[in-house]
Amino acid sequence: MRFLSRHRRHPLAGFLVVLFGLLVAGSLYSAFRPALAGESATSDTQLIAQGRKLFVVGCSSCHGLNGEGIMTKGGDNYGPPLIGVGAAAVDFQVGTGRMPAQRPDAQIPQKTPSYSPQEVRALAAYVASLGPGPPIPDPSKYNTSGMSNADIVQGGQFFRTNCTACHNFAGAGGALPGGKYAPPLKGVLPRYLYEAMLTGPQQMPVFSDQVLKPAEKRDIIAYVTKLTNQTSYGGAELGSRGPVGEGLWSWTAGIGALVIAAIWIANTGVRVGKKSS
Amino acid sequence: MSDEISKRSTNGSAGTGDASLLLRHDQEPLDNPGLPDHEPRPTDVDTALERRAERQVATMFGLAAVLALAFCVAYFAIGEDSQFLGFGASNLALGITLGLALLLIGLGAIHWAKKLMVDQEIIEYRHSAASTVEDRQEAIAAFKAGSEESGFGRRKLIRNSLIGALAMLGLPAVVLLRDLGPLPGASLSGTVWRRGIRVVNDVAGTPIKPSQVQIGQLVNAEPAVFFEQHQPNGTVIPAQYEGARLQVEKGKAAVILVRIPPEDITPYPQRQNWNVDGILCYSKICPHVGCPISLWEQQTHHLLCPCHQSTFDLADNGRVIFGPSARSLPQLPLGVDGGGYLIAMSGFLEPVGPSYWEQG
Repeated sequence: MRFLSRHRRHPLAGFLVVLFGLLVAGSLYSAFRPALAGESATSDTQLIAQGRKLFVVGCSSCHGLNGEGIMTKGGDNYGPPLIGVGAAAVDFQVGTGRMPAQRPDAQIPQKTPSYSPQEVRALAAYVASLGPGPPIPDPSKYNTSGMSNADIVQGGQFFRTNCTACHNFAGAGGALPGGKYAPPLKGVLPRYLYEAMLTGPQQMPVFSDQVLKPAEKRDIIAYVTKLTNQTSYGGAELGSRGPVGEGLWSWTAGIGALVIAAIWIANTGVRVGKKSS
Repeated sequence: MSDEISKRSTNGSAGTGDASLLLRHDQEPLDNPGLPDHEPRPTDVDTALERRAERQVATMFGLAAVLALAFCVAYFAIGEDSQFLGFGASNLALGITLGLALLLIGLGAIHWAKKLMVDQEIIEYRHSAASTVEDRQEAIAAFKAGSEESGFGRRKLIRNSLIGALAMLGLPAVVLLRDLGPLPGASLSGTVWRRGIRVVNDVAGTPIKPSQVQIGQLVNAEPAVFFEQHQPNGTVIPAQYEGARLQVEKGKAAVILVRIPPEDITPYPQRQNWNVDGILCYSKICPHVGCPISLWEQQTHHLLCPCHQSTFDLADNGRVIFGPSARSLPQLPLGVDGGGYLIAMSGFLEPVGPSYWEQG
């Protein structure tokens, strides 16, 4: 009996066996699974064909079978027409996970993308084939490496003139009426920054390449990248909302904590009722 | 204490002369319970505990001294650019050492006061705020004597001339108010916009063709006179304003250019030709108190002022649809010049910027 009890199984042993089995099955599957149809599609026609397949399954219920858009009975867009929006809009909307939308709402939030980068390319190629529109920008347009300080300062001027009204001075984002909002810019890939300016997603206005030149957009991207990646030397910050917001917070939280500490000090006695001996 | 109470009741009953009231004032509703028994603290009776508390206080003060030294070391040793956990390492180290040093001194002082300083109950009686009757009578007598001796009431010439001089001293203060001026004159009602001035992108000064502005586009624009203008023949017209004048004029003349599907626009009859294929131009300065507004929703065509939430419908002549603004956003009539670029067809027909007495 002592031998048996000493070799009794650990209560977690069963779970470990199941976990091991799952791992083995999973790795065997990934080693031998059939290659996906889309992974080898390289030419434009193949890409467009793959994009059309994905579109019909994932997008057509709102945007129509041919991207013509669907109107509600009230005359609003259920899903807007996609003819002429171009590949850049698709790359932004699907690449950042905003599309496919989970539900119609004041604003479609950013979330984990549902499609792989290759599938996003296919969808973009298909939508671009519906009508001419801005293409996915060339990496040279948003590559900010080696830019001079003067360019970044120039980008800051453009940023403060065109972007801060909605996206805040520190790029921390801000509220719009009716549950809409301008998202924070920290951590957004330069490609998506460029595409957002180019295509004007949701309530954001368009900043076309003819008016706000590609070089000027690159200056803005360089400034945003530098601005949102700088160390917060002063410790926790509130999106640089300024002395009023931060002061209000530190007064209510800081002075409040001091008041509580003062009350605690005054209330806590040192006597334990021990009589003089 | 009993002196105090009897004095108060004498004063209080002086006017009424009611003996029963006097009696009630003298009687306390409850007997004075006195002070509770004095209980000594553990540190008062146990010398080991007392020495321990002494060591604790000294340790806190000693640590504070060490931290103050650490602050000085960190000040010189840590570079400005070095980081720690995403914070500036220098700021973090300086803040923590100095903050903890101050905190430990405070904690030590409290610990010292509560555990070791003398511990006995004392009573401080509350005193009446008024001076005694004698003191007050003495003060009034002194004032009357002074008034009598100076002859202030008797020598009416001196009294009246003094009052006149003091009244005249108010005049310099009123005259100095003039420095708040001069009156703005006509400068509030006009901007640099004139017929034929091109509408250019702010910062860069790029002139704009209608075909370059897409549906849903927003351009933060300024009149071309603030920028160098490159002519087709290669000549350059220099900017016409500089310095403080440039800032003042730029602040007033700032506009936003938006393009809305023409079928969505409902212009007033006299504004039918103020847009170019759905491109509209409005002042960027809120007519409420003058915040710059370019927070535009391209699908609803609403422009929101972030300061007080005034909302303007740019598809409907800049009409106020929400918020405290008392008048619509001023609109600038647009046209196209010979080169195909967007120009103003006239200046603003109403003052831009915050409303004032004659306006708004």
